[in-house]
Amino acid sequence: MDLQTLTYIVVGATFALYIGIAIWARAKTTGDFYVAGKGVPPVLNGMATAADWMSAASFISMAGLIAFYGYGGSVFLMGWTGGYVLLAMLLAPYLRKYGKFTVPEFIGDRYYGKSARILAVICLIIASVTYVIGQMKGIGVAFSRFLETDYDTGLYIGMGIVFIYAVMGGMKGITYTQIAQYCVLIFAYTVPAVFISMHLTGNPIPQLGLGSTMSDGSGMFLLDKLDATMKDLGFGTYTDKVRISTFNMFVYTMSLMIGTAGLPHVIMRFFTVPRVRDARASAGWALVFIALLYTVAPAVGAMARLNLMNTIQPAPGQWIEVDQRPQWFKNWEKTGLLKFEDKNGDGRIQYVADKEKNEMVKVDRDIMVLANPEIAKLPNWVIALVVAGGLAAALSTAAGLLLAIASSISHDLLKGVFAPNISEKSELMASRIAMAGAIAAAGYLGLHPPDFAAGTVALAFGLAASSIFPAIMMGIFSKKMNKQGAMAGMLVGIGITLFYVFQHKGIFFIADWKYLQSWGSNWFLGVEPNAFGAIGAVFNFVTAFIVAKLTAPPPEHIQHMVEHIRVPAGAGAATGH
Amino acid sequence: MSKHASYWKANLRLVFGCLVVWFLASFVFGILLAEPLNSIRLGGYKLGFWFSQQGSIYTFVVLTFFYAWRANKLDHEFGVRED
Repeated sequence: MDLQTLTYIVVGATFALYIGIAIWARAKTTGDFYVAGKGVPPVLNGMATAADWMSAASFISMAGLIAFYGYGGSVFLMGWTGGYVLLAMLLAPYLRKYGKFTVPEFIGDRYYGKSARILAVICLIIASVTYVIGQMKGIGVAFSRFLETDYDTGLYIGMGIVFIYAVMGGMKGITYTQIAQYCVLIFAYTVPAVFISMHLTGNPIPQLGLGSTMSDGSGMFLLDKLDATMKDLGFGTYTDKVRISTFNMFVYTMSLMIGTAGLPHVIMRFFTVPRVRDARASAGWALVFIALLYTVAPAVGAMARLNLMNTIQPAPGQWIEVDQRPQWFKNWEKTGLLKFEDKNGDGRIQYVADKEKNEMVKVDRDIMVLANPEIAKLPNWVIALVVAGGLAAALSTAAGLLLAIASSISHDLLKGVFAPNISEKSELMASRIAMAGAIAAAGYLGLHPPDFAAGTVALAFGLAASSIFPAIMMGIFSKKMNKQGAMAGMLVGIGITLFYVFQHKGIFFIADWKYLQSWGSNWFLGVEPNAFGAIGAVFNFVTAFIVAKLTAPPPEHIQHMVEHIRVPAGAGAATGH
Repeated sequence: MSKHASYWKANLRLVFGCLVVWFLASFVFGILLAEPLNSIRLGGYKLGFWFSQQGSIYTFVVLTFFYAWRANKLDHEFGVRED
């Protein structure tokens, strides 16, 4: 059977599975819908959280970035797992004790006022839309390859499917669907990695294979071989190639970590577990299931890079002939995401670091995970499986975020603040319009995304890190933090981060709308815009404490509320909405 | 000091201790000291590289469960456990 038919079958079968489970375990009331994790044991809740959390950035994009950044790609690995430690210890148990459903609700209550709530909603929308742009990039890549069209067409088709999926409710909140999605996702990610690790090193466990010797008889360690090959071609050594600077990597990692603990769709999961101690355990289990993918990803990245270079340069100094290039290469050329140019006209493709001589003129990082099983010549069903896994990851997270955006606008802003008397029907209509608007905006920006999928998502994390995380954390750990302080902090944090990001990437990520170009890039201590969230958070904290010192302390009942959420006893069920 | 206040103090001590480990496993061993640690090898892995792409993640998993276990015990000791 040819690959495309097989892909249709596998993608179709997995979606039929999700929909089947969704119907079988249909949520009966809106209460059930929101309190999805209730009555589900922490292990399964952790698995669902992991599925929710791992998006196109983790599945499709991250290993590809690691393949090209080498050691520098570690920021994603540490950042997107270490954040769970913060979440488990600094936020989850207390937000569970607080016992309502959304982050803006907490911020509105803790900082006593609608204005704080509105500000939180705006910060969340900015971060979430940016996040969806990253998902759109991943979806566009997956669809363009699967339907064998160019990237733009793939993206348009993807937008339509995301819209249908999100309107159907995204199968969000139905924990068992997410458990199925997790199983498909991790299976699809691990199987090719096991094959490739087995093939290259003889060790079927990718985490160990990455540290093993090559099975080609050379007796060389895989990573040493990769280092040597890359160094020969001028790419620098894989295992110690720093991303810009040590300081940049430090803040990049920090930004992703505190962003994790500031993103609404992750935090929401912990509002709704039955007890405070379940919130603690759920975070642990979620991390176990995330770690399964995240410890395999470095092996996927390194091995993909090695296989790619070995394909183009089968023996030292001997480059592949243009008309001998494999089928996968031609297929990806159709998407426009892979391009070569025989600059020296020798009928062969040279792949070197030197820009003048390099003939692999475009290798989009986001194609690596999807192309990996083809490069390694794995059977077609494995390739089809990877496409299905990638789509599951991208669609579920995109739909979840779109629902979060839509409900922020219709519920938190319209019903909560601007039009309290709005009918349920109009509220639903508003949320649909908001969703369609968000997809159109994210899709349009996804045509020329500010970065590769994982990089774009990193920008979203930076925005959440600079605004939401400090506000929640101070709300729990500082009784004296008041409304003025927290709001000034959020404004300064997200303002300064947006200023830096937009200066580099253009206003609203439109490349023509860049400003202050004479300042150059990475001008703030050599920090790249993707990593700036941690700096924004520092500004947030400092501003908040100064302003809080100069203004009146929060009212008595707020200080009692803080004391109340710090102690698990008397948590009770999540109440009201 | 009230029972709740001393519970909170014990909790902060626990969280602080855990965060020290969190910081060491990622920022110190994986980033700041990665270069010197790379001279030590763990099979085919250089140690600093291993911490940044494997070790830190394993540490995080263990740490989160350790925290959950200790925090539950604290709830018990101070009699502030739910139900």
